[in-house]
Amino acid sequence: MKITGADIIVECLVEQGVDTVFGYPGGQVIPLYDALYRNRGRIRHILTAHEQGASHAADGYSRSTGKVGVCIATSGPGATNLTTGIATAYMDSIPMVAITGNVPISLLGKDSFQEVDIAGITLSITKHNYIVKRIEDLASIIREAFYIARSGRPGPVLIDVPKNVQEASYEFENVPLKEVAPKVSRLREKDIEAAVQLIKSSKKPMCYVGGGVIRADAADVLNEFLDRIDSPAGSSLMGLGAVPVSSERFTGMIGMHGTRVSNMAINNCDLLIVIGARFSDRVISKGSTFARQARIIQIDVDPAEFNKNINTEIHVVGDVEVVLGRLLKLLPEKISHGEWMTSIKERKARFPMQVAPHAKRAKEILEALDEVLPDDSYVTTEVGQHQMWTAQYLKKIRPRRFLTSGGLGTMGFGTGAAIGAQVSHPDARVVNIAGDGSFRMNSNELATIARYKLPIVIIVMNNHALGMVRQWQDLFYEHRYSETTLDTPLDWVMLAHAYGVEGMDLGPEDDPEEVLKRAFDLKKPVVVNALIPSDDKVFPMVAPGASISDMIGFVDLNPLVD
Amino acid sequence: MENGRKDSFTLAILVNNKSGVLMRVVALFSRRRYNIDSLSVSETENPDISRITIVVHGDRNITEQIILQVEKLVDVRKVYEMTMDGSIQRELVLIKLNADETTRTHIVEIGELFKAKVVDVTPSTITMQITGSLEKLDSFLELVRPYGIVELVRTGMTALERGSRPLSETTFGDEG
Repeated sequence: MKITGADIIVECLVEQGVDTVFGYPGGQVIPLYDALYRNRGRIRHILTAHEQGASHAADGYSRSTGKVGVCIATSGPGATNLTTGIATAYMDSIPMVAITGNVPISLLGKDSFQEVDIAGITLSITKHNYIVKRIEDLASIIREAFYIARSGRPGPVLIDVPKNVQEASYEFENVPLKEVAPKVSRLREKDIEAAVQLIKSSKKPMCYVGGGVIRADAADVLNEFLDRIDSPAGSSLMGLGAVPVSSERFTGMIGMHGTRVSNMAINNCDLLIVIGARFSDRVISKGSTFARQARIIQIDVDPAEFNKNINTEIHVVGDVEVVLGRLLKLLPEKISHGEWMTSIKERKARFPMQVAPHAKRAKEILEALDEVLPDDSYVTTEVGQHQMWTAQYLKKIRPRRFLTSGGLGTMGFGTGAAIGAQVSHPDARVVNIAGDGSFRMNSNELATIARYKLPIVIIVMNNHALGMVRQWQDLFYEHRYSETTLDTPLDWVMLAHAYGVEGMDLGPEDDPEEVLKRAFDLKKPVVVNALIPSDDKVFPMVAPGASISDMIGFVDLNPLVD
Repeated sequence: MENGRKDSFTLAILVNNKSGVLMRVVALFSRRRYNIDSLSVSETENPDISRITIVVHGDRNITEQIILQVEKLVDVRKVYEMTMDGSIQRELVLIKLNADETTRTHIVEIGELFKAKVVDVTPSTITMQITGSLEKLDSFLELVRPYGIVELVRTGMTALERGSRPLSETTFGDEG
């Protein structure tokens, strides 16, 4: 049967199992929005306040469900507004399909009204992108785009559809969904065997866990693996949640704002097993001093991650879950590293994360949140100090339930991501932990939260400053607070009320648990304005260019022992 | 030193013959700060496939990174390193030199040594065409440079594997 290009897009989305899309209409996507209107019982469209919000919402939908997130925008500014969200997804390997309209093909390249070359613009922030020039190719391009977004190392794909292609008609037939199998095509037995040999001969193994474990849904097999080889594990920001925070094996984050224990273990172990992680500069800091003494096994679905930032010895290419399963099979006997694990436990007791004179209030609020928050909740963050404090102190961090912008570090991500998580999990609680700087960037999405009555709780850790930059200005720029003081008398509660959203103050004297409990009990959208001292800092930290062994600002409960 | 110059490598990249593919490859090199010494591209025996030959410089590690990154591009079918021993590498140079009555014969003689062809002559210049490997072209250019180069254009290196099998039929597997 012949249907229009716009209808083909909708049919293909349904075929891919898409139930929700996020977007914003405009001149060059009117045909597509007309098709969405006619099919509103089959696909739900969430209208955001700004296309950037739509892109982050699609990202949050994807991170929290494991499915492909879809966002839609018109040509020109609509398309460029998506780019921050696309780049965010690209850096954190999130499967996403962005669909943009464009001017009719006859007007392409003529500097037409609201025309941009969005394929050119997104070339380096997508896994792949398309300009659909012929209606005949539309369906196969959409199918291929979804496949590319999900397969191997996931990522965003953009499809630019000129308006006349949306309006043209062509035959459409459903085809069965192409399953995406875990990638093992380049997995070699000899690499697995080499890894097994190294693991067997190691006395002090350490695992460095990254977001690849979350993407591959491999947390369970990872924890089994850690028990089998009796190893501690630290993680990158993106890998948080893969090993339960409460696990005795978990040493906390590695790197700039990691724990003293993780960073010491990295530079004391004899074998480092890197699982779905990419040696980000925020983790390795001074590369020439990172795990120099250790032999390194790196497991990753993307072979281009080998020897990129740090040279590693054994490279195992493949889906992390499959690889860990294979290793478990070849290591049937439980290995014991009693002495090493004991020394890790002793260090954890000596250098605790949970004593923090420099972030007392943030820690109190996060501890209260841990009490109030149901176990199956979704936590999103913005970017900055509040994000690091959350990563350091919050215990309720679980795979696919902790959504944060790691690679790109996108302020303004959390509100959109919270919308995506809440829309796809209407019965779960969703909290966005924000800073006042970040929340200003996309607080317009309160309009979306109000429109769909999403019971998201937004905790604004309000220190009246761009705290992370201020911290650097304090430590490295002699307290010259260049443009980081946010002292405009902004009434967050009143702003929330303007959108029809509840607002609450959490003052310095208030009991955080009482206020947060009240906020969650409303079961409505709420903005909690939580005051934080301007000079509180994220510690411990590794100064830029220093080795991760040289941390500053850590707590040592037993400084006389060494 | 795989193609005659120090820290320089020749890659053959088979890509889908579609618009924008060359841009994707070049944009990747630019974004990741890989240095391109020369580049040539054309359709192959299969009209669906184009072949890009890129000479890059950098250490061994960088070259492996480049291959792995380029392989990730959806429109790239195969990336192959063309070694000095395993491939034939050629470039074509057109060069316009200052040449008057006193120097013309000398230049033509040098050209003959390198099998260069005279393609145009004016009272004050001579234009020659020469093909060959990087080493051969470098020595030729060194010899004629003193006469004064008016204009020089190079096609960029192109390369074909030795032996009977086409690149498109070699299988990925044991190279690393």
